[in-house]
Amino acid sequence: MPTDVILWILGGLILISAVMSLALRNLIHCALFLMVCFLGLAGLYLHLNAVFSGLVQALVYVGAVGIILIFAILLTEGGGTETGSHLGSQWRTGIGLAVLLAFALLGAVSNSPQTTQAARHTEEPTVREIGLKLMTDYLLPLQTIGLLLTAAAIGAVVLAMQEPKPRKDETP
Amino acid sequence: MTFYLALSVLLFCVGLAGVLARRHAIMALIGIELMLNAANINFIAFWRHSSAADDLSGMFWMIFSVAIAAAEAAVGLALVILVFRHRRSVRLDELESLKG
Repeated sequence: MPTDVILWILGGLILISAVMSLALRNLIHCALFLMVCFLGLAGLYLHLNAVFSGLVQALVYVGAVGIILIFAILLTEGGGTETGSHLGSQWRTGIGLAVLLAFALLGAVSNSPQTTQAARHTEEPTVREIGLKLMTDYLLPLQTIGLLLTAAAIGAVVLAMQEPKPRKDETP
Repeated sequence: MTFYLALSVLLFCVGLAGVLARRHAIMALIGIELMLNAANINFIAFWRHSSAADDLSGMFWMIFSVAIAAAEAAVGLALVILVFRHRRSVRLDELESLKG
């Protein structure tokens, strides 16, 4: 079935680029592979008939988060390859814990009764419906998230702002 | 459905391994982004497979989660830049001023 083939290709792309984005030494390459992973996720949402979510994923993650990641890498390490070991001192414990958790969760998923449900293939909601819902049922979350984003943006600017040099004639 | 849940589990664990194993603070942030995206797969998959007719809550959960992740990335990266300016290093195991 062609739809299954698309799913497996997207899943493989997402997982391989996720692993690459955490395994490479060059930080810029890591960020670029992360953007490939986000694009694969956007394709997965489009394949699930969730067009709006896919476009949000592409815009916000690939456009915004990817770009500020690259900016932060260039502002700190200069984009070079890491010197010395790129793994922490307890990396064996960390990867072991992650593999253990993966097995536990995969076991839980394969035993779950939820997984037998078939996809609905209903209509994708129009942008008009989404906007109406946002302005009626989801008004309070929308306002709250706007406040949170404003606070985070101002906070990020204040944190990253250069402090002005103290003037010499103002010594207490 | 099993496919999406398994993909989400694997993506989450890849992100967790990255957070725990890498030394660089920006790599930890990349791992956190991967874990948040793994949760978003679940929101969308359960929304598209649910039996409720015109309920959009799964999509709105995902969109609000994306907004929170964007805010988290902005603040986290600003903190990384600030730490780098003070210490000239963003290696997580070299930041040990609080160690007793």
